[in-house]
Amino acid sequence: MNAPIPAPGPGAPQPAGARVTAITSGKGGVGKTFVAANLAAALARRGERVLVLDADLGLANLDVVLNLSARVTLHDVFTGRAALDDAVHAAPGGFSVLLSGSGLVEYSRLTPMVRDKLLAVIEQMRPRYDHLLLDTGAGISDVVLYTVSLADELLVVATPEPSSLTDAYATIKVLATSQPARPMRLLVNQVQRRGEGRAVLAQLQQVVDRFINPALATPLQLQLAGEVPLDPAVRDAVARRQLLLESLPGSDAAIAMLAVAGRLSS
Amino acid sequence: MQPVTPPPPTTPPDPDALRLDNALALLRQASQAEPGGDPGSPAYLQSLIDQLVELSSRDPLTGLANRRSFELALAREVDRVARSGESALLLMVDIDHFKQVNDAHGHLAGDLVIRAVGQALTDSVRPMDLVARIGGEEFAVLLPNCPAAYGPHVAARVRLRVARTTVSLPAERLLSVTVSVGGAFAPQWVRSTPSVWIQRADLQLYRAKAEGRDQVCFEPMLGSEVSAPERALLLGGVQNQDIAP
Repeated sequence: MNAPIPAPGPGAPQPAGARVTAITSGKGGVGKTFVAANLAAALARRGERVLVLDADLGLANLDVVLNLSARVTLHDVFTGRAALDDAVHAAPGGFSVLLSGSGLVEYSRLTPMVRDKLLAVIEQMRPRYDHLLLDTGAGISDVVLYTVSLADELLVVATPEPSSLTDAYATIKVLATSQPARPMRLLVNQVQRRGEGRAVLAQLQQVVDRFINPALATPLQLQLAGEVPLDPAVRDAVARRQLLLESLPGSDAAIAMLAVAGRLSS
Repeated sequence: MQPVTPPPPTTPPDPDALRLDNALALLRQASQAEPGGDPGSPAYLQSLIDQLVELSSRDPLTGLANRRSFELALAREVDRVARSGESALLLMVDIDHFKQVNDAHGHLAGDLVIRAVGQALTDSVRPMDLVARIGGEEFAVLLPNCPAAYGPHVAARVRLRVARTTVSLPAERLLSVTVSVGGAFAPQWVRSTPSVWIQRADLQLYRAKAEGRDQVCFEPMLGSEVSAPERALLLGGVQNQDIAP
């Protein structure tokens, strides 16, 4: 999935469509949805077509972060009250979002119907975008495991805090041992000093090498998507329900998010 | 087509029109009392149905749950674990060299051994746990709300209890057997299926057999449990870095 897409030319094959990235975290409250929204804005700024899918079914937070409300949601699509296209909304940062809607809470148990519909939504959206970001729930619920299984690559968000690291490791372990091998990137959020992200990555990789990789056919090599500093600008943007890249694009955290987008799109 | 007039709902079924003989014969064969009340009355029929349900959920030899009711219970537990995130353990238990018992002592002795093992299993787990006989010499134990750290201890207790059981055979012969045990925890929070869970526990049972029998095997690396050594390696370095300038 990391193969470069050939430049379009006469007779060139049509690109398969969007690269699907699942954004997940072991622990809640580490900034996963913040990352999803601002990464989408950062990718959009690079001229990429981006759709963020609120895959945290029933526990939707993306609408709150983006200050979008009372819209047509996936719930309306799943219940036949709206067409899929009507549920795709333009977000402030120049990208599109598909909100799940709080009615989807009844889907916290993953029925075959929901599985099929989610898969169909992704396949239907894939040709129209360059990036599809799945903002999954925290932890390793069946919904998370399923939505992650639909992705081409994974972005794990963690903070250097011990409980976040432990939960991120638990998630990585479950995904590595129960799902097909795919590129897995780590975004270290809320770092207090430069280089802390790389240190956290090395630490995780060491445990992966010792305890997970011996049992895997393809050893897991974590890649660093980037580190985002603990920045008061983030708290300000969240409090105002604005994208950091819109409200404070010159802040350290915003610049870090742009760098992450650069690594993901290359 | 002839128009059909449904009977008034209050009319009890005519007992003479019901074919109850086979059902009653089954109950008698299982030494169960015939239902009380007027034959054909709702209370009588309900009681008969309840007794038949009970009969079709139990293994006649041991009185344990049979494979059918075990699979029902397993499906319920899989659902519950997916919702509650509780830790639940499944043990697959198989009597070692059972064929030799049958060959050397006869099938009657084999039956006595199976009963004794069933009793030993029941005696070594909590009342809330479900012990089932799911095949010839194969048993399963479902332990809801069993923390991961307890699993190996419970399984070891089950194995030892069987090994210490002496079965009295006719003509004052005594016999003891051992069991191999495979264990797997239901993946917490994850929607799974009973068959996947059984498969995982079975795999460990095969491993216990292959490694010499009379032992317990568990899935080596399970789900989201982070072991103490993993945690130490993961956090040790970070804490050290925090101390460093």
